[in-house]
Amino acid sequence: MNIVERLEKLDRRIIFLLTLLAVVIPLLLPIGFEIKVSEPVQKFYEAVEALPPGSMVLVSSEYSPSTMPEVYPMNQALARHCFKKDIKIIGMGLWPEGIPLNQASMEQAAEEYGKEYGVDYVNLGYKAGGIIVISAAAENMPNTFPLDYAGHPIEEFEIMEGIRNFDNIDLIISLSAGDPGVRHWVMIAQGRYGKKVAGGVTAVSAPAFYPYLNAGQLQGLLGGMKGAAEYETLLETSGTATRGMDAQSIAHGLIIFLILFANFFYLLGKRRKK
Amino acid sequence: MIETLGIWMAAFLTLCILSFLYKDNPFYKFAEHLFVGLSAAYWAVYYYFNILYPNLIQPLFGHGQLLLIIPLVLGIMMVMRLFPKVGWVSRWPLAFIVGSYSGYNLITYLQSNALEQVRATLVPFIQIESWKNLFTNPGVMTFLNAIAVPVVVVGVTTGVIYFFFSKEHKGVFGGFARTGVWFLMIAFGASFGYTVMARISLLIGRVYFLLHDWLGLIQ
Repeated sequence: MNIVERLEKLDRRIIFLLTLLAVVIPLLLPIGFEIKVSEPVQKFYEAVEALPPGSMVLVSSEYSPSTMPEVYPMNQALARHCFKKDIKIIGMGLWPEGIPLNQASMEQAAEEYGKEYGVDYVNLGYKAGGIIVISAAAENMPNTFPLDYAGHPIEEFEIMEGIRNFDNIDLIISLSAGDPGVRHWVMIAQGRYGKKVAGGVTAVSAPAFYPYLNAGQLQGLLGGMKGAAEYETLLETSGTATRGMDAQSIAHGLIIFLILFANFFYLLGKRRKK
Repeated sequence: MIETLGIWMAAFLTLCILSFLYKDNPFYKFAEHLFVGLSAAYWAVYYYFNILYPNLIQPLFGHGQLLLIIPLVLGIMMVMRLFPKVGWVSRWPLAFIVGSYSGYNLITYLQSNALEQVRATLVPFIQIESWKNLFTNPGVMTFLNAIAVPVVVVGVTTGVIYFFFSKEHKGVFGGFARTGVWFLMIAFGASFGYTVMARISLLIGRVYFLLHDWLGLIQ
């Protein structure tokens, strides 16, 4: 059996093991590759940065624990960015699993910046219905969300004073891992009500959202762990996304090498057979 | 104490799932079945207490909002799918959902996902500002900015030509179609790259949990 035949019969578990090592080693021994900020992330950052203190940002969480490594760091960084600039956050979600994750992000950032629930941030919780909920909230937020995520009437909260509809919201940010998510916020909040919308999405879905960014329908876009790491870089913080980028780069390098290696020997084997 | 127990359980179940990469085994089967069972139970309880109860049961039976009898009946008709003899009944609520959702969505979807995208493509082929930037400040980024619009316009046009099947893909027309295929392949390649990044991110998330939360090897 020559080398080409041997490689054709290579046990795929060796590739799994190499991938695991490519992830474990950089996490244990960080290299600190430079993280360059891309234009969509820069635009996202600038969209938040442009808001004056006291502005109102609606953060809608449409993700679940299965996509936490990608979207949760965005949520954490966004909450920090808003509180650092004294921007108020109204949280909500079109996915039920996103509510406690958004709440945890806001609580963590609130502790760091001394912000108070009900005054500087609130979590309106989950409502079933996707785009119908967005339309209803755009027209009348208190009617759509009469209670917060813990069941308290929203009139109790100072932050909700004077909030009637999307006219009182300065920026809408959807952190999503699928539908309903950014697409629906663009369709209703941006398309129908002309609101500024930005998004944070998983890497799998990111290519589908670049046309929205290009058309000016999105103010900015964070794509996957890389987008989250770039956002952390702009905020000069080091979160889990930044820590994961060394492993991400090494694993990508390994996969590129394996694709080239496999194709080289595949073509070599094909040539020999001829 | 409870948190530590939770971390150990999560670590054990993570290892059970990852063990499938070696080969199928009882630990993997256990974790898989546990996940399916827990998910089903979680969603059943969640939907009842967060959707059915506050939106239907409480307002209908508690506050006497009789109009809600309509969605209740439609909901019951939908469940008829479970009984083969009367399964056809479920088509009516389904038709209602499809019809109302389409009606609600159609115009907005067309506006956001077709017209706005077309508008973004219909821009001057040559962006004078970008080319000025390229000549005053030559570099990779300024070059890419200068050719961005022509590439998008050529890519969209040739991509659409590839999907035009009323004329045989031969000659000049075939050449455009083949160019379109190249653009499509590059787009698929970019999507594949992003998919790899997403999957690796999930692995990093699990490995980070094992090394940080469970073993405490990284700070």
